[in-house]
Amino acid sequence: MGFWRSDREEVRAKPCVWIKSHGWVVGLLTGLLFLGIGLLQGQLALIWRKAAMICMECIGIG
Amino acid sequence: MVQLGFTILTNGYVYGFMNGKIYQGPLKYVCVPGLNCYSCPGAVASCPIGALQALLTQSGFTVPFGVLGFLFVFGSLLGRAVCGWLCPFGLVQDLLHKLPVFRKQKRLPFHRILGYGRYVALVGLVCIGSMFLFGGFAKVPAFCKYLCPSGTLLGAIPLLSGNEMLRSQAGGLFFWKVGILVGICLLSIKVYRPFCQYLCPLGAIYGWFNHFSLVKIWREESACSHCRACERACPMALSVEEISSSPACIRCGDCVAACPEQCLHFVGKRMGEKGGSRADGRAAGEGALQQ
Repeated sequence: MGFWRSDREEVRAKPCVWIKSHGWVVGLLTGLLFLGIGLLQGQLALIWRKAAMICMECIGIG
Repeated sequence: MVQLGFTILTNGYVYGFMNGKIYQGPLKYVCVPGLNCYSCPGAVASCPIGALQALLTQSGFTVPFGVLGFLFVFGSLLGRAVCGWLCPFGLVQDLLHKLPVFRKQKRLPFHRILGYGRYVALVGLVCIGSMFLFGGFAKVPAFCKYLCPSGTLLGAIPLLSGNEMLRSQAGGLFFWKVGILVGICLLSIKVYRPFCQYLCPLGAIYGWFNHFSLVKIWREESACSHCRACERACPMALSVEEISSSPACIRCGDCVAACPEQCLHFVGKRMGEKGGSRADGRAAGEGALQQ
C-alpha cells in the first residue's frame, strides 16, 4: 500500500526507525559518558557523602 | 518474586535495621534503578532521585552528570521496566492493591490531567525546588523533604523505631510525610499504583526512555486478532497501540501473559514487519530471550 510514497519519504522515515530500534545503544553510551564525566568531577563522591549520612529531610526531621 | 528479590537485595543490610543505623560502605557511590531511600537502614546503594537532589543542592549550578549517567544507563536498557520489576515502593503498592477489599479501579477520575503530576513533581520539586528553595542558608531537597513516601516508609519509620534520639526529634514535618504515605497506601488498595501513575518523578524520567529502551514489548501485528485481551489485562489501562511505547507502560508483562495469540513478546526483533510468520517471530523472541 506504500506505492504512493516517494523514495525520499522512505529515506526520511529510516532514521526514525533506526532510532527506535537502536536508540538504547546511543542512550547507554551517553549514560556511560555522563558517568565518566561525573566520576571525574567528583560527583559520585558527593553522592556517597550524602548517602552515607542519615538524610534528615528524607525522614521528615530536617 | 523478582520485585521481592531485588528489594531484599538492595535493602539487605540487616545490621542497620537492628541498630537504627545506615550502611556507609562504598556501594553507596552507586545508584539503584528504583526509588529506594538511601536513609533506609537496610539500603546498600543510593536513591537516584535523592542523589540528583544532592547534586542540585550544591552551591552554584552543576550539571548532575553522575546521576544522569545512571539514569541513562538504566533507562536505555530497561525503560519503565524498572518501575514494574525493580522498584521497592512499586512492590508495596502492588501488594496493597492485591488486598481483597474495595472494588478495584485502574485509574482515578481526571487521569489525563493528574498524569501531569509526575512532571510537576520532577520539574517543580526535584529540579526547581532543589535549586531555589532554601531552608536557612542551605538548599533543600524539596521532593525528599515534602513528598517522598518511599523515604517515609523505608527510611523514616524503620530508623525512628530503632533510634530513640531521632524519635524525640520527630515533629510536624514527619507527621505530614506519614499522612502522605498513609493516603497513598490507602489509595493503592483501590487504585493501581497511584504514586507511580500520578506523582513519581523517576517514572517521568524513565517514561521518556520507553520510546527506545532495549527491554520492550513487541507486538506481532500480523498475528494480532484484536481481541483486546491485552487491554483488559493491562493494569495501567493502556490501549493495544500504546502498550510498550507509552510513557505510562511499566512493562509488567500482564499483557504478554494474557495474549491468547501469543503475539506479544518481551525483548525481541521487530516481528511481522518484514513478513515473518508467527512461528518465526516466536523463535526469534525466544532466541533473543535466551541470549
